[in-house]
Amino acid sequence: MAQKPVLDRLKILADAAKYDASCASSGTSKRDSRSGKGIGSTEGMGICHAYAPDGRCISLLKLLLTNHCVFDCHYCINRKSSNVERARFTPQEVADLTLAFYKRNYIEGLFLSSGIIRSSDHTMEQLVETARILREEHDFRGYIHLKTIPEADPEIVRRAGLYADRVSINVELPTDAGLHRLAPDKNAGVIDGAMLTMKDAITEAKDAKKRFRHAPRYAPAGQSTQMIVGADGANDAQIVTRASALYGRHRLRRVYYSAFSPIPDASAVLPLKRPPLIREHRLYQSDWLMRFYGYSPAEVAQAADSDGMLPLDIDPKLAWALKFRESFPVDVNRAPKEALLRVPGLGTRGVAQIVSARRHRVLRLDDVAKLTVSVTKLKPFIVTADWRPVLLTDRADLKNIVAPDANRQLELFAA
Amino acid sequence: MTALQHVRLGAYHVVPMAAPDDFAEWRDHARCMVMADVPPDRIAWTEPGGSGGDLFTHGDRRLPVPDREAPQPRVSRRFMEIAKTVIMHSDPDRFGLLYRVLWRLQSKPRLIEDSADADVRAMADMARAVRRDIHKMRAFLRFREVETEEGEYFVAWFEPFHHILRHNAGFFTRRFANMRWSILTPAGSLHWDGETLREGPGATKADAPNGDPTEELWRSYYASIFNPARLKIGAMLKEMPRKYWKNMPEAQLIPELVAGAQAREAAMVAAGAMEEPERPETLEAVAKAIETCARCLIAELHTNAVMGEGPQDAPLMIVGEQPGDNEDMQRRAFVGPAGQLLNVHLEKAGIDRGAAYLTNAVKHFKYVQRGKRRLHQNPSAKEIDTCRWWVESERAIVKPKLVLAMGASAARAMLGKTVSITKARGAPIPLEDGSELWVTAHPSYLLRLEGMGREEQTRLFDADLAAVAARLRELA
Repeated sequence: MAQKPVLDRLKILADAAKYDASCASSGTSKRDSRSGKGIGSTEGMGICHAYAPDGRCISLLKLLLTNHCVFDCHYCINRKSSNVERARFTPQEVADLTLAFYKRNYIEGLFLSSGIIRSSDHTMEQLVETARILREEHDFRGYIHLKTIPEADPEIVRRAGLYADRVSINVELPTDAGLHRLAPDKNAGVIDGAMLTMKDAITEAKDAKKRFRHAPRYAPAGQSTQMIVGADGANDAQIVTRASALYGRHRLRRVYYSAFSPIPDASAVLPLKRPPLIREHRLYQSDWLMRFYGYSPAEVAQAADSDGMLPLDIDPKLAWALKFRESFPVDVNRAPKEALLRVPGLGTRGVAQIVSARRHRVLRLDDVAKLTVSVTKLKPFIVTADWRPVLLTDRADLKNIVAPDANRQLELFAA
Repeated sequence: MTALQHVRLGAYHVVPMAAPDDFAEWRDHARCMVMADVPPDRIAWTEPGGSGGDLFTHGDRRLPVPDREAPQPRVSRRFMEIAKTVIMHSDPDRFGLLYRVLWRLQSKPRLIEDSADADVRAMADMARAVRRDIHKMRAFLRFREVETEEGEYFVAWFEPFHHILRHNAGFFTRRFANMRWSILTPAGSLHWDGETLREGPGATKADAPNGDPTEELWRSYYASIFNPARLKIGAMLKEMPRKYWKNMPEAQLIPELVAGAQAREAAMVAAGAMEEPERPETLEAVAKAIETCARCLIAELHTNAVMGEGPQDAPLMIVGEQPGDNEDMQRRAFVGPAGQLLNVHLEKAGIDRGAAYLTNAVKHFKYVQRGKRRLHQNPSAKEIDTCRWWVESERAIVKPKLVLAMGASAARAMLGKTVSITKARGAPIPLEDGSELWVTAHPSYLLRLEGMGREEQTRLFDADLAAVAARLRELA
């Protein structure tokens, strides 16, 4: 079969890859190309080389090797029964594109995924081969993220970790029932098993690296996963609980959420309405609360309404504070860091600055105003040398004071 | 140090800086000044090409002699770290600000920790702006390839907002160590030949190449990776402000992408997902709605919608594929040859057709015209999935205890995936609402077979129907 020109195939296969949310290029081992023959470096911090009008960072060349697929997952634009235009790249072509883009400073590296062609093993082989060409033939030292296929032979999957900085396996849906219904060819047990195997391989390699300096690098940026939000009936509390279980059990670096978005040629089994994008945002916020603010999954679930959904009009931290008013106000001059982190409107940086500044002066409201974005939001929840929120925290209309725009914002996002 | 001591100085000292970003130079001057006990408001720092010194024309351009006896100024490591970044800022007041903080640090050594202090905050803000510019240069600089006799060579044109070019040289040499390149900016340039780095004078945009064929690929990638269903222009502008766009090949696409996005999403929703407010609640409503259903291309054939039939509380629901030629004309399910064959076998198994609800996975007859005949065509998976909405609605109303799906299309309509009849037949498959699904071949399949094959398949078909009949008796 005659192949379309590279430009056309790039359009098709980039378009097919855009439903993967992750584009991170951070957190891998530090290296550069001064000692080698090729190009590339990673210095810890990821770099977003461009931003698309959807607000998302473009850090990696995100491609599918092919969008042909023998699976028939309903939420996926590339499912077998979909009418999208199909194309494929050879591993060599993807490697060449990656290098051409990297040399011009367009990207940090490659994020490669694929539809399942012929067999899971064959597909996985092709993904690994692409990474091998880049690493071994071109001494490419940039970032590589490989999507691994849970059904493939564990030995091939293991090799992916030798070339890639990050590997990921998508759990796809927050509930097993949802997976069964919407991704009938996938199996929750197999996905879970593959993630466990990967976790063990990463842990083992890290351990070896500590003892032997020349032990091979193995997926130094760890593994991540992605969940589609709003395609099955799972509520936010369930999603948050699932995510935290994944962080714990599989030591994941990140759980990505992707609000199900209308795809061309959608399957009729899908919900008819897309979830509001703000829901995805609220889930990321709750993810942050667990990772950086010391909230437990149960506490995040407490912030949800009785139907298990996080409020859309206010952020989950504020929602939690409004429910647990007995924890406030917090004295910025005396309270421990953990308590300060729970104040709505105070971020990790604001808290660090308060803790550092209060060693040198007794903080007044003016001082706090200088250290934070908006003191109006904070006022009901803090005590300073010259300020105490009298009765404010007991007021029923507190929400309107701290988030007066809540309703208007919702309308904007609902469009 | 009391205020009185300074009165004797009387004049300003003008300190000309030779480079805009040289921390060591500033540190040496500042050390002298502190040791000569010159307070911050008595110094005017001027940068190369800057006008900072003009206000102080009467200023003393000789630098004061430091007091040898004075103690060496002491600063915290934190101050050094931040100051090295602040020195690259484009604000002409940065030297003075740093000196002021240095001066104050002598009497208050831990001043730098007090983030509520105005000077400390000003330093922090400047440092943040510089770090951001450093990062954005690494992100948004674009090389263009030029052909030279010695092979490929890459040139970039970039306009930083602060004096960060020299600072970023290390990043680009580490990353592109084995490439030959030049980075041109208005204030200076860097040239790397694979081994050594050379600094050169400032350049203009005209000195840089004005195109690269690979940019077309990159622009297509940028346009394709963008998801028009989730426009968030604010988020993009926050991280990639307009001021950087002019030197980024992909940025010129942004206006058209944004303009096209709303239209594209609307088209996608119209073509893909359907707007169905709620499921119909009665069989009559389903019957009425399918009359006008045009969700798939079968509607273009303008055949009749054929509704299922049978008691609304039937314990058994039998699902076929789609109406055939006869069904389409009579507007009733299972009246053609396959239906008649089904009647025979149902009777044989002891199943009362009248007590069952009979329907089809697809509601309209799909055919191709061959001469005078309308030849049956299998519905596509997409068409079955689209029509699933209706058969699921029927099932939700009738609530059968047992569903018999005849043929692969019917099985797909029930399960949402394609299953092999051979593997799926003979055992119940639990459905989400607690009922169970049995799968068998479609009777029209028996009609197409001959001889041994037909006998064998008929036997299997009868066995399936007998199992269903037995199970029905158990459930009753």
